[in-house]
This record gives sequence, C-alpha cells and structure tokens, in this order.
Amino acid sequence: MSPLDGFSLSRWWSIILKEFLQLRRDRLTFAMIIGIPIVQLTLFGYAINTDPKHMPTAIIAADRSEMTRTMIATMKTSGYFDIVGELPDEEAGRAALARGEVQFVLNIPAGFTRSVLRGERPALLVEADATDPMATGMALASVNQLVGSVAAKDLTGPLAFLAGGQAPFEVRVHRLYNPEGITQYNIIPGLMGVILTMTMVLMTGLAITRERERGTMENLLAMPAKPIEVMTGKIVPYIAIGLIQSTIIILAARFAFRVPFAGSVVTLYLAVLLFVAANLTVGITMSSLAQSQLQAMQMTFFYFLPNILLSGFMFPFQGMPAWARFIGNLLPLTYFNRLTRGIFLKGNGWWDLWPNIWPLMVFTVVVMAIAVKFYRRTLD
Amino acid sequence: MSDEYAIDVRGLNKHFGDKHVVKDVSLQVRRGEILGFLGPNGSGKTTTIRMMCGLLKPDSGTGTCLGYDIRRDSAQIKRHVGYMTQKFSYWDDLTIRENLDFVARMYGMSDRLGAVDRTLKGLGLTERSNQMTGALSGGWKQRLALAACMLHNPELLLLDEPTAGVDPGARRDFWEELHRLSAAGISVLVSTHYMDEAERCHKLAYIAYGSLLAQGTSREVIAAQGLITWAIYGGNLAGLSETLQKMPGVEQTVLFGAMLHASGRDGDLLERSLRATAAGTVFRMEKVDTSLEDVFIYKMKESANRSGTGT
Repeated sequence: MSPLDGFSLSRWWSIILKEFLQLRRDRLTFAMIIGIPIVQLTLFGYAINTDPKHMPTAIIAADRSEMTRTMIATMKTSGYFDIVGELPDEEAGRAALARGEVQFVLNIPAGFTRSVLRGERPALLVEADATDPMATGMALASVNQLVGSVAAKDLTGPLAFLAGGQAPFEVRVHRLYNPEGITQYNIIPGLMGVILTMTMVLMTGLAITRERERGTMENLLAMPAKPIEVMTGKIVPYIAIGLIQSTIIILAARFAFRVPFAGSVVTLYLAVLLFVAANLTVGITMSSLAQSQLQAMQMTFFYFLPNILLSGFMFPFQGMPAWARFIGNLLPLTYFNRLTRGIFLKGNGWWDLWPNIWPLMVFTVVVMAIAVKFYRRTLD
Repeated sequence: MSDEYAIDVRGLNKHFGDKHVVKDVSLQVRRGEILGFLGPNGSGKTTTIRMMCGLLKPDSGTGTCLGYDIRRDSAQIKRHVGYMTQKFSYWDDLTIRENLDFVARMYGMSDRLGAVDRTLKGLGLTERSNQMTGALSGGWKQRLALAACMLHNPELLLLDEPTAGVDPGARRDFWEELHRLSAAGISVLVSTHYMDEAERCHKLAYIAYGSLLAQGTSREVIAAQGLITWAIYGGNLAGLSETLQKMPGVEQTVLFGAMLHASGRDGDLLERSLRATAAGTVFRMEKVDTSLEDVFIYKMKESANRSGTGT
C-alpha cells in the first residue's frame, strides 16, 4: 500500500493551518523565529570582526623626536592601534596589560632617535597581551611593515642613506601570556563560563517551571515550606553541579590541554561561585517569566546567543564596535571570561581582577532584585 | 467561635485583573462536618479554597480557619490543614515512598518513617512502595494523594474535586473513608460535580459566578427554593421538553435519560400545563421530590440571567 493512499489534501491543509494558528499565538516562539535571524545577522554582520582594529595601546616614551611621533602616527593610521595614553615605565605597562586595560604597550627606549641616526639599528619594543591570539595576530603582523613607511617619510635628504638597505630600526614583539599563540589556551578557560552559563540558566529555569507546569508547585506551597525555602532549596543542587562542571574543566585544561595555570585555584573557585550566583539569578528571573519549560528553554537560548558572541569568548572583545561592546559589558560572561583567562594565563591576583569582579556583583544584585519582584507576583 | 467552626470566613473577595472571581463569599464549616462545595466550572471554588488555606490573599474579607486568621496565620493553617489539589500534584518521578517521605519531612514529623510505613500499609501499597508514582492508575493516585495530605494528621481537609475521573467503586470507597475521618472529628470541605456525592455531605454550599447562592443541608437547600417537580416517562422526551418550556408555569425542564423533570414554583399552574400537554399521549407522569440537581440547575440559570454572563 502506498503511503499516499487516501491522502486528503484538505485534511493536510487544515493541519498546516492549525499549526500556523498555534504558532501565531505562541508569541515567544514567534519572537524567536523573527528575533534570532535578526540578532544573528546584526552580531555576525556588524559586531564580530576577526580582523580586530582599534586596540587600546599605551606608550612608554623615553625618547621624543620627529621620528617617534611619526612612528606613533603611522601606528594610529594603520587602524590597528588606538593610543589611549602614556605610561611612566615598564612596570606600569605590565600592570595595564595584566588588568586588560590595554592590548599593547609600545616602549620607545631612551636615546632611540640618536641610535637610529648613528645607524645602530636600535629596537622598539611592543608588548602584547596575546591571551587571545586572534586579537593580536594581525596587528602584530602589521607592525614591521610600518617601519618602512616611517623611514620613507622621515629619513630624507642627508639622512636618506639610512633608509636604504636594511631597515634603520626594528620592532621587537613580546607576546605575553600565550607566547606561542595557542588557541586552546584562550578557548578552554573561556569555555568554563560558556558551559556554566548554559547549564545554570537552563537548569534553574527548567527546575522551577517544571514544578509549575506539573502543578506540583501548588502542592509545595500548600505545605509549610516558605517560598524562600522552595527557591533556594531548588537552587543549591545546581551550585554543586556548577562546581563539579568547573572542576572537570579545570582538570581537563590542566591535564588534557596543558593550559598553563598561573593563578590561584582558590581565587578561581571564588570567581566561579560569584559567576554561578549571577547566572542563577538570571535563571530564577526567567523561570518566573516563562509559562512552560519550553518557554524557559527558548529564553535561555535567546540569552545564550549574545553571551557566546559578544562576551569575547569566540571573538575579540576589543575588535567590536562600541555598541556591541556596550551590550557585552552588560553580560556576566564578559567579565567571567576575563577572570578565568586572567587567573589561568596571567596569574592575576585580586587587585588585577577587581575591575571584573564588581560588575558581576552589581549584576547579581540587580537581577536578584528583578527576580524577587517577579517572583512575588507569580505566587499570588 | 473558633471552637465551634473549623472554617468561618466572611465577605471574601478576590479579583484576577479586572475579573471578580469570588464575590462576598461567607462560609461556615462546623468541626467534624463534611461540607460539599458545589458549583459549575470556573465558579470560583478553587480560588475560595486557596484563600482558605493561605495560598492566596483575599482582596477583602476576614475569617478564620481552625481558629487561625486566614490573612495573618497562613503558616499555622498550612501546618494543620490537608489540601488536596484538583490536579494530582505529587512527583511522578519519585517513588511512592519517596513522595510520602518528602511530605513527612516538609511537616517536620517526629516519627517520619513510622508515619510513612503506616500510610503505605493503610493504602495497601507496601509492596509497591518503590514503584514510580507516575505509573499509578488514576484511582490509586487519588488514594495516594488523600493519604499524603492526611499524613501530618490535619484537623481540616480541603479537597478540590478529589473524585474527578475516578471510577464509581473507588469513589464509594473514598466517601466511606471521608465519613470515617469525619466521625473521628476531622472537618472536611470537598468540592465536587457529582450530585450523589453532594447527597452524602452533611451540609452543602453552592457557588456560581463567584457568588455563594445557597448554603445548608441538602433538605434545606431544596426546600428553600420552593420548586415543585414532576417526572415524565415514555415517548420522545427531548421533543416534549422543548414544547413544555414554552408553557406557562414550567420554569425548567431537565432530561435524565429516560425521565424528564419539569419544575416550577407555582404547583397548580405547572400541573395544569403538564396535564394539558400530556393528555392523550403516551407520556406518564408523577409528582416527585425535587432533586438537588434540579435546584442547582435552576440556581445556575437564575444567577446567569442576573449577572448577564450566562446563555
């Protein structure tokens, strides 16, 4: 018998119509259908840049001359470097790199210009935060080409002999934190935040909407349990799960991927706890808003997308336009990525990490306030 | 006052958005009494029950439940009341024993394991105690739910349509159990759609469109309406019903399978209309006691006409 035997076009059509009717009523699904392509297009089309430019760069100028000014101007016009300020010495340069305030530090040694004029071929030093190889690769590749154009501009007339033959000076590049540019060193610590975001938000969202969907929430609340007991009681297991997940990732990073671990394990776990708390507040808020488990999943997915793309996990944060960085700055994962990479690769201590810790605290408090507000409403 | 009544609430009101779902409901249940809570779907029964056990705060109105204030003492009420939700609301993915054990823990019972074992034995589920609850049939789930909400020895049971979808045998057993509990001094408020169950209650309360329309024993409720009812047999009763509805004095006709009930408050006018219609036909008729169902259908239509929400 053919499967098409007795196929009724009108029956078939009425099933299609019914499906569209339901789809139209399911506002959230409909919003996702429209929203996801728009979000993806915007993010991939405008925000994400695998050839990131305008990287914050600081300068340590122990020598000032026409030539160093030309060098700096040339770096600016290349588009890769945004000069954000001057630093007094190398130590300040290292600190700025460690905190992630700048991506590059250009170090012009004392007596640089004189050395060039004497034909000693001195070196300029560029130190780079190479945690994310993708963020620094192209910029560093461009640096040595810039030397030629500086020479062509400034070494004219009687100095022209210096421009010929070998380059009059060289640029030495120091790739800090990830000198070999191994992508895993950057991805694996970042993955920790991505996995925690996914599970923490989704699991808490589902755990609470499941009780509501099955009607067991009413039973729970009719028993002497207080809402705060129900909420926190349902969440604690997921904190444990978050810690287990983190441990697995840390062990894998250490022993399977051989990612260097420069920082403190205690600091890392404290950062994980803070980040888990931030995500749980998101999960609780979503579970208060979602009517069903399906909606909770859809919301999680919608939250997850910008987290992956705008947090600096997949693509260099500094390479994104200002509006995308603004959104990224609202996401806890952005800060947590910097924390994990800072602890793993840079060996950051509390002082270096603080700029990325307080935003997580603020986020947690604010979202918790939202969660509490909506949570009250769903009980009555 | 709090000694005499298990439930004593006055002037309860509740709005959901701009919908006024419970209007000025006052209700009393004496200790050890079974009160049947009746009314059509969406009439506000569940909302009223939820307000009594502290799950919802009334917009206005006062009252006590076991002597505890329903606004302030919801924690105490929850401790001493057993509430069985309309939908089975225990965890399908826990075993029967795990469910009972969880409930016992929630009430902080001192002899937890003993209480669970006794309940399992009472249910006859000791052998199946490690089965998943989701695998139980509807009747068993209902028995389990009742046992679970009895676990902490409550003084008052609030049962929201406990027998919906349960077979007649299981329903009879269930009601026998309720009467045993009532005899032991436990008060019960039970909502139902079944008239035979309503007849088994000590008192009845009838609610429609959020308003309490009648309260008392079934005899009182019927008498208060003052309806005279005739039963008619034989022939095409559906056709007869339509004809009768246009006759003077016939205020209501209700078809019960092979029998038609025609009711009205003016007995003489009703009888004349019926005799005129049935004369020379196959129909036989006799005067009968007005049933609860006649009264409730009458009340529902009456309040629908008044509130303009009915058809």
